[in-house]
Amino acid sequence: MTILKEPDFGTPAATSSTSVTVEVDGIPVTVPAGTSVMRAAATSGIDIPKLCATDSLEAFGSCRLCLVEIDGRRGTPASCTTPVADGMKVRTQTPKLAKLRQGVMELYISDHPLDCLTCSANGDCELQDMSGAVGLRQVRYGYEGENHLSLEKDTSNPYFDFEPSKCISCSRCVRACGEVQGTFALTIEGRGFESQVSAGGVPFMESECVSCGACVQACPTATLQEKSVVQLGMPSRTVLTTCAYCGVGCSFKAELRGDELVRMVPYKDGGANEGHSCVKGRFAFGYATHPDRVMSPMVREKITDPWREVSWEEAIGYTASRMREIQAVHGVGAIGGITSSRCTNEEVYVVQKLVRAAFGNNNVDTCARVCHSPTGYGLKQTFGESAGTQDFRSVAAADVIVVIGANPTDGHPVFASRMKRRLREGAKLVVIDPRRIDLVRSPHVRATHHLQLQPGTNVAVVNAFAHVVVTEGLVDADFVAARCEGYEEWAEFIARPENSPEVVESITGVPASEIRAAARLYATGGNAAIYYGLGVTEHSQGSTMVMGMANLAMATGNVGRDGVGVNPLRGQNNVQGSCDMGSFPHELPGYRHVSDDAVRTVFEQVWGRSILPTPGLRIPNMFDSAIAGTFRGLFVQGEDIAQSDPNLAHVTAALTAMDLVVVQDLFLNETSKFAHVFLPGTSFLEKDGTFTNAERRINRVRPVMAPKTGKHEWQIVCELAAALGYDMPYTHPREIMDEIAALTPTFAGVSFAALDRLGSIQWPCDEDAPAGTPTMHVDSFTRGKGRFVPTSFVPTSERTTRKFPLILTTGRILSQYNVGAQTRRTANIAWHPEDVLEIHPHDAEVRGIGDGDSVTLASRVGATSLHAVISDRMPVGVVYTTFHHPVTGANVVTTENSDWATNCPEYKVTAVQVALRAEGAEAASVPGARARAVVD
Amino acid sequence: MSGTTPPTVRLANEIARQFHHQPPATAATAVAGHIERFWDPRMRTDLQHHVVTSPESLDPVALAAARLVGS
Repeated sequence: MTILKEPDFGTPAATSSTSVTVEVDGIPVTVPAGTSVMRAAATSGIDIPKLCATDSLEAFGSCRLCLVEIDGRRGTPASCTTPVADGMKVRTQTPKLAKLRQGVMELYISDHPLDCLTCSANGDCELQDMSGAVGLRQVRYGYEGENHLSLEKDTSNPYFDFEPSKCISCSRCVRACGEVQGTFALTIEGRGFESQVSAGGVPFMESECVSCGACVQACPTATLQEKSVVQLGMPSRTVLTTCAYCGVGCSFKAELRGDELVRMVPYKDGGANEGHSCVKGRFAFGYATHPDRVMSPMVREKITDPWREVSWEEAIGYTASRMREIQAVHGVGAIGGITSSRCTNEEVYVVQKLVRAAFGNNNVDTCARVCHSPTGYGLKQTFGESAGTQDFRSVAAADVIVVIGANPTDGHPVFASRMKRRLREGAKLVVIDPRRIDLVRSPHVRATHHLQLQPGTNVAVVNAFAHVVVTEGLVDADFVAARCEGYEEWAEFIARPENSPEVVESITGVPASEIRAAARLYATGGNAAIYYGLGVTEHSQGSTMVMGMANLAMATGNVGRDGVGVNPLRGQNNVQGSCDMGSFPHELPGYRHVSDDAVRTVFEQVWGRSILPTPGLRIPNMFDSAIAGTFRGLFVQGEDIAQSDPNLAHVTAALTAMDLVVVQDLFLNETSKFAHVFLPGTSFLEKDGTFTNAERRINRVRPVMAPKTGKHEWQIVCELAAALGYDMPYTHPREIMDEIAALTPTFAGVSFAALDRLGSIQWPCDEDAPAGTPTMHVDSFTRGKGRFVPTSFVPTSERTTRKFPLILTTGRILSQYNVGAQTRRTANIAWHPEDVLEIHPHDAEVRGIGDGDSVTLASRVGATSLHAVISDRMPVGVVYTTFHHPVTGANVVTTENSDWATNCPEYKVTAVQVALRAEGAEAASVPGARARAVVD
Repeated sequence: MSGTTPPTVRLANEIARQFHHQPPATAATAVAGHIERFWDPRMRTDLQHHVVTSPESLDPVALAAARLVGS
């Protein structure tokens, strides 16, 4: 594909269902009422000159270039700010308009450097384009007068430059920062001729800017320009693909010059992001070509041996023979595999097939085990489907937004921008989180209620919400009667005094009056939507909490239409997909239990192998069984379990106990220190397949470049299967998707061809919904009736003690991604060079800890050290850190506690002690910690 | 929860705690159903071993459930 330039209609689309017909330069055009004259003209193929207008931003009317004449009206109104009216006759080209536009352009150019031939935006500059469009032939004013040409360039941001001498003060960047991103970091300082774009009077890097790139994208000149474009030149071709970071799954135009990736530009037609991006997806792709990447397979007999580069044939043959040897001695169930949410659906599917058909057992699990497995369990139990209910667009119709245990501005920033837009429009916000996340109070956003609960008490809070709904007569009785079952038993349970806000106040720390007010708002405030994250799932009662939220939504009728629902914000891009693909040890693709004879038979007929009817081991069970000696071989696809999983001493003991650990990854990670075979993987830029995001949206991942390792990951897995005596003779990933569609009812209508035609598809996609299903459970729940499940609050067994008097909870930060393997290998490191420990001033004071001090963080299972940041974001008694750096090893201290139903680790509640670190003390007290500090 | 508790005992006890609000027989049936649906057979076998060798380590509901579970 050559470079893809999307059409710019100048102003956003109107949403009215009423149509208006106007005539533009004699051409009739029918558009929704409220459409601007500029957009109506563009719709009919007539581009009116413009500079301050772009269709991602509301009309501004400042550049005076888009003037038109309208029959019967005086003057020359700006077409961007003038809405159409029925019968209107518009003229876009007249001698008068031409003269006016040339005069305007003359003024712009008189204060703009005429270095077009050497400018980085040459060929992609709207000012240049408009000069041509208006027929500018002279600039009469010269450069002798006052101008802005000597203003200093700001190069502080690692990804883009700000060159104010080229600024035309159109305010597109300022408006993009506010309207699109919702950060409001930019402003126009000064008045009249002194007007200048400013990041608050400081360099960009010192400002509130979050480097989402919206300003760069909006800039019509080279004022805000990607450094990569400055260095490499303008790209010449485009590949449409999907970001591989968080569960939002943004669509991007990968723009290349030859075979070199120049920049990633968010795609306007991307269903998930609609043209917006964050600092990770937009800029942090350099890891794909980082020199740390391993390009050749490697093998070693013992983990103390040095790695030996080998051929693919040797690596695969060695792996297969060792796997079979283990099975011969220790049984068929002695080996297994782990799939990755950073890999495509097709790559994941073949790994679970490898395990089930070639290994001959169900010992397959996925990294969703440690994040959203309770979502799968809880929503399946209540609604009948292991997925969120809405598309992202739905938030625009929400009147009340409840954010529970999620930090969208950091974890899911592009969705957060949608959410903030709706909040600025007046929707009410309830935040339930121990930490005062940015959403609680940010520019033009303020939570109506912040319920700052004690970690581990989610279920008590959601039960108290439901108690208020039931006992105050706020139940949507019609919805419940028509759509649900189990209500009476649940209502009797939830109405018990033990669930009242007044009783749980002493447990949760949340004033009863706040819970009552928030619950009333949720039940009566119009469309109410719940968005949640790992602060819900990563608890010993994660699954219970998911069911509690589903109960609440059903009781208030907030399921099955736009603007409502229960919506997990998935951590990694393909968490949903990896779960859909049968990665859990008890479920075949499409969440169908392995004990279901009919389902198993369908797979067995296609796969030509019998499938065990009993569940296999989950990841924590694999570790336990490895230590017990019954599980001895593991294939790990793209997951760094030795950094991301809890209680690392236990994890490393398990890995050390295994006879064979095979790691397929981009980099030699923490897990590879315990590996015997390393199979180099591919970055998202090399992959060919699909990702499924948090809204069940299946997006194409198209290869931007050939695999740098010489093989696609699905090919490696197929070759391993063949070496084990089982053929998976795919020649292209589209054939894998075809098999998935043939075997999985919810994917029945999905194919690469359908995705190319439709852009993306939200499953279920079948005969009844050939274009997919944006909103689920509209007329009935997937399971028929929605099921109320009593959710008794059972406190975690993890308690503070005199020895460990604080509670540690963990989270993530905007610039980094999970274990940091990717983002630490980009310039994003500038924003977060190390993990720090946030501690309340009171807790710091009593321990003699000052801001920036090195402290030890210890739990009953391990200790580590990091620097303290004094912060009142956390309540007294609670400390917080991130887990992006292996050197800090946050999971050295997290414990074996897990969700009762799914074994999702309880990362969010660990009893700890914090103390000033003595000079010379070791960084961490778990085997391997010092090695990590040195190596990575 | 002690790190020295056998994993299957710990996990069974954690599941059982969630059902304490139900009548014991109902709770045991629910816990047994969960274990059958989600546990690898070797874990069930291991649990049966603890039923015999250290029943006192199991929560009463977990113990009753374990006796309902086939290994």
